[in-house]
Formats: sequence, structure tokens, C-alpha cells
Amino acid sequence: MAIAATLLTLALLPFLAALAIALLHGAPRGVHSGIAGAASAAGLAQLASLAAPALGGDAPFARWEWVPSLGLDFTLMVDPLGWMFALLILGIGLLVVIFAHSYLDAGEDTGRFFASLMLFQGAMLGIVIAGNVLLLLVFWELTSLASFLLIGFWQHKAEARQGARMALAVTGGGGLALIGGMVLLGLIAGSFDLQAILAQGDMVRASPLYPLMLGLILIGCFTKSAQFPFHFWLPHAMAAPTPVSAYLHSATMVKAGVFLLARLWPVLAGTEIYTVTVTSVGLVTMIFGAAVALFRHDLKSILAYSTISQLGMLVMLLGFSLEAAALAAVLHILNHAAFKAALFMSAGIVEHETGTRDIRRLGGLAKAMPVTAMIATLAAASMAGLPPLGGFISKELMLYQTPKLALAGLPWLLPVLVTLGATFSVAYSLRFAAHLFAGKPREADPFARAHDPSPMIWAAPALLTALAVLLGLAPMWLAAPLVSAVTGAVTGSAPPQVELGLWHGVNLALILSVIAVAGGAVLLWRHAGLLALWERAALPDAKRMFESTLRSADARVRKALVATHTPSLQRMLLASFAVTILLVIEGALTGGGVLTGTRPALPANVPAIAAWVLLIAATGATVLQSRRRLRALIYVSVIGLVVSLAFAVLSAPDLALTQIAVEAVTVLLMLLALNLLPKKPPLISSRARKTRDAAIAIAGGVLVGGIAWAMLTRDPGPSIAAFHLANAKAGGGGTNVVNVILVDFRAYDTLGEIIVLGIAGLGIYALLDTADKGSAAARLRAWRVEMPYSPERHPMMLVAASRIILPLTLAVGIYLFLRGHNQPGGGFIAALVVAIAFLVQYLAAGFDWSDARKPFGEHNLIGWGVLTAMATGLGAMALGSPFLTSWFDYFSLPLIGKFELASAMLFDTGVFLTVLGAVMLALQELSHIAKRAARAAGEVET
Amino acid sequence: MSYEFLVATAIGVLVAGGIFLALRARTFQVVLGLTLISYAVNLFLFASGRLVLNRPPIWDKSVSEYTDPLPQALVLTAIVITFGMTAFVVILSLRSFLETGSDHVDGDRVPCDAQDGLADGEGAEP
Repeated sequence: MAIAATLLTLALLPFLAALAIALLHGAPRGVHSGIAGAASAAGLAQLASLAAPALGGDAPFARWEWVPSLGLDFTLMVDPLGWMFALLILGIGLLVVIFAHSYLDAGEDTGRFFASLMLFQGAMLGIVIAGNVLLLLVFWELTSLASFLLIGFWQHKAEARQGARMALAVTGGGGLALIGGMVLLGLIAGSFDLQAILAQGDMVRASPLYPLMLGLILIGCFTKSAQFPFHFWLPHAMAAPTPVSAYLHSATMVKAGVFLLARLWPVLAGTEIYTVTVTSVGLVTMIFGAAVALFRHDLKSILAYSTISQLGMLVMLLGFSLEAAALAAVLHILNHAAFKAALFMSAGIVEHETGTRDIRRLGGLAKAMPVTAMIATLAAASMAGLPPLGGFISKELMLYQTPKLALAGLPWLLPVLVTLGATFSVAYSLRFAAHLFAGKPREADPFARAHDPSPMIWAAPALLTALAVLLGLAPMWLAAPLVSAVTGAVTGSAPPQVELGLWHGVNLALILSVIAVAGGAVLLWRHAGLLALWERAALPDAKRMFESTLRSADARVRKALVATHTPSLQRMLLASFAVTILLVIEGALTGGGVLTGTRPALPANVPAIAAWVLLIAATGATVLQSRRRLRALIYVSVIGLVVSLAFAVLSAPDLALTQIAVEAVTVLLMLLALNLLPKKPPLISSRARKTRDAAIAIAGGVLVGGIAWAMLTRDPGPSIAAFHLANAKAGGGGTNVVNVILVDFRAYDTLGEIIVLGIAGLGIYALLDTADKGSAAARLRAWRVEMPYSPERHPMMLVAASRIILPLTLAVGIYLFLRGHNQPGGGFIAALVVAIAFLVQYLAAGFDWSDARKPFGEHNLIGWGVLTAMATGLGAMALGSPFLTSWFDYFSLPLIGKFELASAMLFDTGVFLTVLGAVMLALQELSHIAKRAARAAGEVET
Repeated sequence: MSYEFLVATAIGVLVAGGIFLALRARTFQVVLGLTLISYAVNLFLFASGRLVLNRPPIWDKSVSEYTDPLPQALVLTAIVITFGMTAFVVILSLRSFLETGSDHVDGDRVPCDAQDGLADGEGAEP
């Protein structure tokens, strides 16, 4: 249990810190960096307490079920590999926080910076301690998002935005491939639990899906770890603040791909296809990155390409599928994290002090900033692989392994190419140190400003450089036990014996190393000439290729959209109707059977037939007179009245009440809208078009009518109505079964529906409230009163009558609401009736008069309505019943007598409030905008 | 004539009128068409409980036969949602008219890719 708590604390600390920092956004930067630093330090303490079990071979783990049906458990596991990476993430994280505290300029948004940084730390930590591959994917995606936020931290810079977008596109795209690969892996292995998967190595490698799965996972790893040809996002990610570059883009995030290769070694490594692919990609990336780094001028760009190259080396080592190579990779991960983070921080210091990152403008800085020069030169020497530094040992180990693998059947090829890459590495490392700190200043201005910063700033890189030195001087003491344990965890076998030292006698590795150092020195000596050659070569720019690929994809998608999706709504609607009709006809023809069923018919009486005639006539009139808008509206309301009559006759009193109330509100709404819509005579469609539309319309009408007829003349299948009828009174406490269904049996549906209605109301508000800007506002101002108005704007009779009607209507509304549970009525109907009562006031007394006397805000009504309905449901949960279970009981009071109280009533109150709010919001906004337009028109006239 | 015939033909006529109006070019006519179609849809859903006279689903000890209450409950909310939809469409067409100066359903008839000014990703950067 203690282990589980420690693991959970470890995983959650960074996220909690991010949340705390975000909440304390306005606090001074010391608070932000203090929280971030404290969280990192506390994480390190947790990690230290896990060191003994984790490195002892007994990986602590804890599991909580999350989505068991998907095989997704929240499993945390700290084995030696995860422990080492967690150490890097938290340790370098702490140093980066210290560095960033002083590095960021005054006025920077430190709250956002440290919150994003901690979010990243949590995500990255999650990757390395996840014990379930699906959980790992969640954290993997989160690192891409956090990286996006951090690269784009300086939002005002175009290159920051572009860099962030590119990084997200590449790593996010790779993440998609990785999801596919991991799901395949889980399906092959039969589990998504990491330990279970790692035990299935032979089975996974034998699976026919192995090549596909491997390819997808490798795309994920290569994009994240910036391997050729996906490397190009990393240099553009350097638009991030330097602490971010040091943390994400050298020491941690870009190593996620390497980590995953190491993590999945026991199931992936060892096959021909794996060895060849991974080794070649790593090798190409290593040489390519090193060569480009030699010719960059921006300090951070040099370091970015060198990171690409070093990552290539790590990938290549893991590709060898040899235990000794894995050991070299593990050691180099440590070395690289130490010297590269130190170098990035040094570059940041140089930029901070001199105002430039262009190496061509700098030089001779050793005199001006000796401490920085010492730190950066030692770190660069470790990167070059010079003795007696840590980088030398891992490079020796790598070179020693190269002859063991024959690439393309040629045993000498790999050593030669790796030595070439190492030569370039020596050259750019030496150039970084020599051109920056040695020689004479190339420009006076940056040099004059340069001086060493306060120890607060150089403490972090100094500590890292000290580690890089110690890794060379005392590797057995500092690193050997860790490297041994981690190598064992990578290969999934017993930890190997580790011999780390500077001197192994004269062997091939030493000879190759000497060649590389000598070659690197020559390259540096001849750098100016080589640079001229390089610049003449005009190599393709990866960023431009990326952008043009995106642009052409965008254009193609657009073309395809326009081709398949004609931009005319009218034509799309026509196609939808036509296709639907054809499908129904096809179904009717193939289905067979007779149209008329055997259910006995209900003979209609004369009033019913008369109402039917009225409906048919009104529909015809609406269609024929649709261009005379006011008349068409009147015809539509006739149809609505006949429909409510039909409901009343056909045993649906609730529906009749609802329909008639909605009818009134709808007609009011359309009248208000008509006032603002253009009144010029509309276009008349061509005869051919009308004929075509009429044909489709008649076909549709005949089909739907036929389906309705076929349905009505058959008996219904078994219905669940009996349950509702039997339980309405006994279980729901109401005799109006329709209302009990709404507020009890199907209350969840109702909750969804009032939310939809509330959203529609808010959508209307958003559409109209913003209409006072831009071209909409200009058109509103140009609006003219085109119809003769009554000379009396607010007729006295109407005003007086409406004031009397208001309390009466409200009383009707309350009555309908209260009796709704037992008799026709309820929240929906009551809300509509009450809305009508208020709208009559608007009509009679005018917008301003009524609005000023309105005791409520529509937004609040919608909000409180939904909240009331939800609270009713949650109240049931608090009492131990499922969501929205209703409760009722009978009470009696003197004078009033016996009465019933039901929680459904409270739910219905929520329905009432939301419906009232949405209806009022729609109509009130519309009359408001009409009022504004009329006022503007009036101002123009007078 | 039976009630079944009246309801089925009314649904058919409403659908036909609704489709015809929905295919017109002016927003107001389309709104009218959608209103007619909504009536038809609500009637159709209601009719799926079959037509029953004088047996409202109000529970009573002395009554044993009721009409099916479930379609009624569904249609009741559907009527209110229909209002929400109609209101939204009316306001949408009003706003569209105010933005484009035309009450044609296709706005001012410019192909969509030339309208939104998304030339390319780079162009969006200042």
C-alpha cells in the first residue's frame, strides 16, 4: 500500500503543481518557480525512496482499474529503466526550473510557463512509469500537447507559432501511428499490460502482424526522437525559450522515442527487419545531423542538429540488438542528458548576455565570461568524446560494438560510417567551443556587453557539467550499478557485469576514436572553405518542403470537398430528398407485402372530416401563397390548430395543450423575424424547376403518407406501455402517465432535451447579440420602416387588457404546472403559457417598458433550470439511488388537506425554468434587435 | 372515411408541401417548409402509438384501457424542441441576411473556398 501511495504521489505531483501554478496565475514568479521546484524536489524524494526496490530487480508497481472493458488500467511501474528516466526528468527538471527562474525576463507570463512546464513533466514522467501501454499512449500524446504549448510560448512570434504547429503535426501524426502499433501489439500479446507484453517476445516476433506493428511503432518513435526524415521539426522547436529547449528538446521529450525502443526491446528487437531498419535510420540520422550541425550559425540550431545526431546514435545502438550496445546506449543517455542540457543553458546565457545567438558575431568570450566558458567547453568536450570525460567512454563503447554488425554484408561499412559521424561530431563540438570562447571577438558590440551572470543562473549548467566530468573520471562509482541494472531491464535478462573505464588498452575503438578526433580537428581547421562549399550546394529546405506539402494537401482536400459537396445548400437538400425517396422506393419494391393491414378502422365523424379539409386547404394555401409572407403565416397557424385539435380528439390532451401554446409562440417569433427580413418580391423559380421540385415533393408525400397508412392499419407490436401505465401511480406518484414518463421514467431524456433547448436559446443569443458589428450592423442601421404603422403604437385598450390578463395567465400557468403530475399540464406547457403572458406585455406596452420591469434574466433562468433538474438527479444519488430516481410522499396540512410532494415536481421546475428562459431569450433578443433597428431608422428620419 | 385515412393523408400532404417549400430559394419559405415537415413528423411519431379515441393516458382506478403514453411523451418534447429548432433557423436566416444582404439560402452565391479567405497557412501569419 505504501508503494502504491508513493507511485501515485510521484505520478500526480507535477499535475497538481501545474494546477496550483495555473490557479495562482497572478502571483509573483517566485511562487510559480517555487511550486515547480518544490514539486520536482518532492518527486525526487519519492523516487529516492523507490531506488532500492526498483534497482534491486523487484519493480514496484500498483494498479487501479480505469476502463477495464478496453484493457486500460491505471498501472504504474518503476523498473530500473523507468527509474533512470524519471531521475533525468525530475533532476534536470529541477535544474531547469532554477535556471528558468532567473532566465525569463521581467514581464514574462511565468504562470503560464511553469504551469506548462509542470504539465510536460507530469506527462513525460507518466510515459516512463506507465505499466500499461494504453496509459503510456495517453501520456505520450500529452507530451506532444505540452511541447506545443511550450514551443509556442512566445505567441507573438510567427516562428514560435509555426514551430509549435510543425512539432505538433509531426509528433502528433507519429503519435497516431504509434496508437495503431500499440493496439496491434496489445492484440498480438493478448494484453495491454506492459509486463505481460514483455513476456511474450517470441510470440510477438513470430506474429504475421509483426512487420506492420513494428513499422507503426517505429514511426511513432522516429517522429518523437527526430530521426531522419522526420527530424526537421526539432530545429524549428528552438523557437521555444531556452530552458524549454534544454529540458524538452535535448534531455527528455525527444528521448521518449529512444525510451520506447528500449522499453519494447524484449518484444521488438532481434529480428532482421528490426536490426536493419533501426540501425540504418539511426546511422543516417547520426551522420546527417552531425554534418548539418557543423554548418549552422545559430547556437541553438547547432545544438538542435547535434541533438538529432546524438539521438541517431542512440537509436542506432538500440538497433544493433546487442546487449553491449544497449549498455553503451544507456550510458550515453546519461552522458547526453548531462552535457546537452548544460550546453543549452550555456547558449541561453550567451544569448542573454550578448544579445545574439549567431556564432559568426561572437568569439573570444572566454575573457569576458570565464565561468560560462569553462562550463560550456567541458560540456562540449564531453560531446566531442574527448578523454577524460563521460562522452569518451560511451563513444568508445559504441565504436567497440560497430565491427560486430555487417551492414549490407560488408563488415567494414559500419565502423567507417560511424567514425565519419564521430568525426563530424568532434568537429561541431570543437567549433562550438572554439568559435565561441577562443580567438578574438568578431564583433565589438556583443563582446562589450558580455559578462558572467549571477551564480543563480550558472549553478544549474555547472552542476550538469560536473556530472559529465565525473561520469568520465569515476564511472564505476557513479554510473556502473545504475547502467548495469538498466541494461538488464532493457534486454529483459539478468543485469550484466559492467566494466567502465577510460583506458582499455590499444584496440580498434581507440584507433577509430583517434582518427575521429584528428579528422574533426582538420575539419575545424578547414571550416571556412567547407562552409563556402556547403552554402553553394543549396540543399533542400525541409521546412519549405513541409509547408508546401501541407499546402498542396490542403488545396487537394478543398478541391475534393467542392467536387463532392456542391456549395449550394439548395442542391444538397434536393439531393438528400431525392436519395432518401429512392431508397424508400427501393425498399418498398423489394419488401413486397400489402399496403393496407387488417387493424379495424375508426370511422371518422363530420367535424373530423371538416378539420381535415381545412388542414389540406391550409397546406395548399401555404405552398401557393408562400411569397405573401403574412398570409402564409396565418395558414401555417391554421395547420397548427388543426394538429392540436387532432391531438385533443385522439386521446392526447397534453400534446394538444403543448401544440397550441407552441403555435402561439412560434407565430410571434416569425412575425418579429418577418419584420426584419427583406420585403422585396422574391425570385420566382423557373417552371421546369418548379415541376421537378413538385414531382419530388409529391413522391415524398405519397411515400410518407403510404408508410403512415400501412402503419396505422396494422396492430402495434408488443409495447412497453403496460409497464408505464402500471407503475405511474404506484412508482411515480402521478396519474398523468405522459408527465410521469417525462419527469420520472425517461427523465434522463428530458434532461438532455431541456439542455438542447437551453443551448438553442443561447445560440440565438450569440447570433443576435453580435449582430451590432460589421456588415450586419450596417444593414441594421440601413433598415427602414416599410410598412404603415398604427398611429397609436401602444393602443390603450390593448395595454389595459394585457395588464389584467397577466396575473390571470400566470395563474393558469401555475395551475397547469401544479396539476401536471396528475392531469394534463406540467413544466413544458406551463412554461409556454407563462412565456405567452410575458410576451403579451411586450406586444402591448413595448419592449422598453416591459424589459425594465422584468424581474429575471433569461440566462439565469436557463442556467438555474438545468442546475435544478441536475440537482434533483444528484440528490437521488446522494440518497443512494441511481441518478434521477424520484421520490414522493403524502402529507396533510390543516385547511388544505392531504397533498403530495414529489421530487419529480422539483425536476419539473427545472424543466419549467429552462423552457421559459429559452423561449423568452429567443423572442426578447429578436424584439430587442428590431427595436434597435427601428430606433436607428427613427433617428435617421428625424 | 376513417381517422386512419385522414391522419395518413394529412401527413402525406404536409410532407409534400414541406418538401416543396424546403426546396425554395428564400429562407423564409424554407422555414415554412421545415415547419410543415415538423408537423408531419410529430404526427407520424404520435401515430406510431395508433389512433385511439377517448382513452387519454390519465390513470384511473375504474379504467382499464388506455392509449400508448410513450409516443405522446416523446412527441411532447419533440414539439418543444421543434420550437427551439424553428427559432434557431429563423434567427440564423435573419443573421445570414444581415451578414450577406441576401435572403437566398446560398447566401451571395460565392463558392465556399473563395469565401472564407483561407488562402494558405503562411498567409494567415502577419
